[in-house]
Amino acid sequence: MRRGTPLIISKRSARNIHRIVAAILPQRLPIERGSIKQLAQTISYETVVINKILMSCSEAVESVFDGATVMFGGFGNAGMPGQLIDALRTRGRRDLVIVSNGAGTGDFALGALFGDGFARKWVGSFPSPAAKAFRERYLKGEIELELVPQGTLVERIRAGGAGLGGFFTPTGAGTELAAGKETRIIGGREFVFELPLSADFAFLKAYRGDRLGNLSYRGTMRNFNMVMATAAKFVVAEVDEVVPVGGLDPEEIHTPGIFVDHVVQVARHPRLLEVESPSREKAP
Amino acid sequence: MTLTRDGIAYRVALDLPEGSYVNLGVGIPVLVANYLDPRKEIFLHSENGILGVGPKPSRGQEDLDLISAGKGYCTLTAGACLFDQTISFTMMRGGHLTHAVLGAIEVAANGDFANWRIPGQSLPGVGGAMDLAVGVPNIFIAMNQVTNKGEPKIVNRCVAPLTARGCVKRIFTDIAVIDIERDGLVLRELLPGLTPDDIRKTTDAPLKVAADYREINVPPTFKGIQLHS
Repeated sequence: MRRGTPLIISKRSARNIHRIVAAILPQRLPIERGSIKQLAQTISYETVVINKILMSCSEAVESVFDGATVMFGGFGNAGMPGQLIDALRTRGRRDLVIVSNGAGTGDFALGALFGDGFARKWVGSFPSPAAKAFRERYLKGEIELELVPQGTLVERIRAGGAGLGGFFTPTGAGTELAAGKETRIIGGREFVFELPLSADFAFLKAYRGDRLGNLSYRGTMRNFNMVMATAAKFVVAEVDEVVPVGGLDPEEIHTPGIFVDHVVQVARHPRLLEVESPSREKAP
Repeated sequence: MTLTRDGIAYRVALDLPEGSYVNLGVGIPVLVANYLDPRKEIFLHSENGILGVGPKPSRGQEDLDLISAGKGYCTLTAGACLFDQTISFTMMRGGHLTHAVLGAIEVAANGDFANWRIPGQSLPGVGGAMDLAVGVPNIFIAMNQVTNKGEPKIVNRCVAPLTARGCVKRIFTDIAVIDIERDGLVLRELLPGLTPDDIRKTTDAPLKVAADYREINVPPTFKGIQLHS
């Protein structure tokens, strides 16, 4: 069947929708009976050309390979893709290079991933006191740390996603984090050259998404998720809710679907639903 | 007598004018939020993506998706907006915020300061400190005049790893307010009962005294919170 061919699904064939969808998708996805109804809600009965919905987080992490560079969105617990991280922990890989702002907020999800010993290196900005597993690994010399000022981390990822070869920033000039880096005086001020940063995989958390990969966030979930969506070869977002195409107001789509390969609807990680958490510090 | 942490925060708040856009660092700086004049429109920035951070929510009103940079739950003020990291750091590094209030390990007479890595600290973390330092026009430091061991924190040259060079405008301590000008440190205010020489004794760099220097005007308490100790 050619891309774009209208597919009219009768009541009878709707019962076999999993076979039809499997046949027309570019890759055969394992679709279980229990998920047919959920899948049916996410696709149009008229024309089915793109469907980025995955039924489970385990499918989403299936292709992660040893030595891959993997980005995780999130700042603190907000916008952390806890279920995708747990799926990756279950899958288990070696020598991963992890890119994230922090190194986790406790003994679960991102924090626990470091404890599993799957990572060879972490590129990040702020390991909080709650990032115990990372701290232990780092102090034992079992994991490499590339510490990057937060704004430089953001901009390196932006450059990676935007097709830029790097940029000059005043951040870090004259500090140990600029040691050994190329510098240039621009307008009488010293700037440090920083390279772009991209990844093999980006795992993100959004509030809602559709089968086209469009994402919207709420509160402070956007943080690194929006920029990381642009900078990886394979981008998956876990969302609270998948809505039909058109269900997201175009004015409120924060991450255009063009950047996103897959969307998984999944209940939030139970530890990320706890209001009281030891990692919570004083506000604001 | 010295100012408490809250007392320092109270004094800093007096210097934030109407219409300012302010990032508050961890420690004493976050306390500044409690002492802002509610009649002034001042927007607090949180680097994870908020302009217009409001007070902590009451119990049961927490929104899991709404946290400030300290990782605690927060609320939004009227007119607040939410954004991603690229916009947030454009505000910080690009010179759009007006003030940042930060803690420090050391501040040098030339405006250098160190606040991201305690010498000998096993696991460093930098966060957004360096971006604020290079980008925000008014870098205010809120800290004690001396360390727990009584050593001056205002020095000629920083020994601790630098956050940024030549960017600090004003230092608020538990006993003084000191400006950093082109030619060095200038004492602007000091606690009642102290003399400029008392401040000099606890400052490890040359300190000029402003012709119009005056006493720090911080009341002993504010809404039941001790500002003097």
